[in-house]
Amino acid sequence: MNIDNIKKEFPIFDEKIQNNDLVYLDSANSSQKPRVVIDRIYDFYTKEFSNVGRSVHYLAVAATNLYENTRTSVQKYINAKDKNEIVFTKGATEAINLVANTFGQKYLEEGDEVLLTELEHHSNYVPWHFLRNSKKIKIEFAEINEAGEVTIEAIKNKITNKTKIISVTHLSNVTGAILPIKEIVELAHSKNIPVLVDGCQGAPHLKLDMQELDCDFYAISGHKMYGPTGIGVLYAKKKWLDDLPPYQGGGGMINDVKKTGISYGELPNKYEAGTMATAQVIAFNESIKFMEKVGIENIEYHEKELLDYGLDILRKNNSIKIVGNPKNKGGVISFIIEGVHPHDIATILDEDGVAIRAGHHCCQILHEKLKLPATARASFGVYNTKDDIDQLSKSIENCKKIFNL
Amino acid sequence: MDLKELYQEIILDHGKNPRNLRKTENFNKDAKGHNPLCGDNVHIYLKLNENKKVEDISFEGHGCAISMASASIMTDLVKGKEETEVKEIVNDFLDMIKEKEELQNKILNEDEKTKLMCLSGVKQYPMRVKCATLSWHTLTSAIDDFQKIVNTEN
Repeated sequence: MNIDNIKKEFPIFDEKIQNNDLVYLDSANSSQKPRVVIDRIYDFYTKEFSNVGRSVHYLAVAATNLYENTRTSVQKYINAKDKNEIVFTKGATEAINLVANTFGQKYLEEGDEVLLTELEHHSNYVPWHFLRNSKKIKIEFAEINEAGEVTIEAIKNKITNKTKIISVTHLSNVTGAILPIKEIVELAHSKNIPVLVDGCQGAPHLKLDMQELDCDFYAISGHKMYGPTGIGVLYAKKKWLDDLPPYQGGGGMINDVKKTGISYGELPNKYEAGTMATAQVIAFNESIKFMEKVGIENIEYHEKELLDYGLDILRKNNSIKIVGNPKNKGGVISFIIEGVHPHDIATILDEDGVAIRAGHHCCQILHEKLKLPATARASFGVYNTKDDIDQLSKSIENCKKIFNL
Repeated sequence: MDLKELYQEIILDHGKNPRNLRKTENFNKDAKGHNPLCGDNVHIYLKLNENKKVEDISFEGHGCAISMASASIMTDLVKGKEETEVKEIVNDFLDMIKEKEELQNKILNEDEKTKLMCLSGVKQYPMRVKCATLSWHTLTSAIDDFQKIVNTEN
């Protein structure tokens, strides 16, 4: 599969969006879907549908196998040791909530500390905040430096003998900073602290190897990986999934139910209560296959090229200030234009078919630190080209013209 | 859709140099508004005299050109009006932004109406309507002594 004409694999790029070709620069929010993923959902519902893991009829068995095939694909893709270390969730948010809830229940007590960073998305802060109220825990934030990155020293500075878990993003959805996860995990483990990695932005763009990273938990969002919405993955080391209590109760996660008591099912059923997003899980296998076919190394290389090209062009524009300058950066460019509010930028760019995001990108803690109420953000996916960035630059000029800059 | 209709000169002018962007001394009514989706904040200060007339109105906050211009134009137009008149202007403005073609209002003169009509371009941009209405809802909240912060999403 040639990355240069990969746009062809994504039907949405055949559409005119308000009479324009779509320049989609919002993949950090959610990626577009290749035809194989869309077709898989349609095919499953039209030819193969059944609920999984319950009935014994032909369709049920076939659907169960398809569902489990995705688990195996994900396991291989992220090089997890065991298939049962892959838990399907409705998204990365639910994956983090699952850990915060169950780990919090079992291991956190009043005065204990959870260490996050100032880069975290609300989905890696709010679930821990719940424990502030219920368990009276404290939340600490490792600080960013001027480049908008979190160094291993910043993490080290905030670890105390009360730190019970560290939960950090792999790749910032605002500054693009890629965190030194391996070093963080080594440091944390030397103090017996488990580490959760919010991999929403990591998984679509970076090569993943759970056994090498050695983190305890890794949260993945399916819809940012060219997959359907409503599907996420929690990778967790088996020792944790065996050890932690169940998250939600319901059908499918039980072993034996009596009036006097209940015993829970084995992994992975223990954490998959109720009917799961079956079609989406099955179609997610196609996203993994798609990414494997393109090759994560090629994706990384391609997006790095786009990033360098984009930074080069935008830096030449005197009205633009780029937010953060991390050495190790993913395909995200957040910026402001002096004199134009990010929402006005987004509306004006949209008129040319250029889709970006404006706002605080669910990172209010970071924006408060940066003293910016909002930023504009262009983020890249496998389908973007240098032409997209040229159009971005052109539309920014139009924006300046409208605002008489 | 036409960007020129949204970003008219008057909007850009009020957005860039908002009128009454300050804090009224001795205000006797105030309210805060917040748009959690974009982070826009506005704080309206109102001084009503004994005849319930707006002696002074001002605002503090930050936001996009549309929300700043809307707050700026609003404060300009309601100054000197009576409380009941202010409420009528607010309702007629919201009607215009949400449904009606034209601004129908008996209190404002033609110049004032023209000024307010400049904001009607936002109708074509559903995601931006809240930018234009935030300060108006917040003004209502201040007049009614509503304690809760106005939130565009609730």
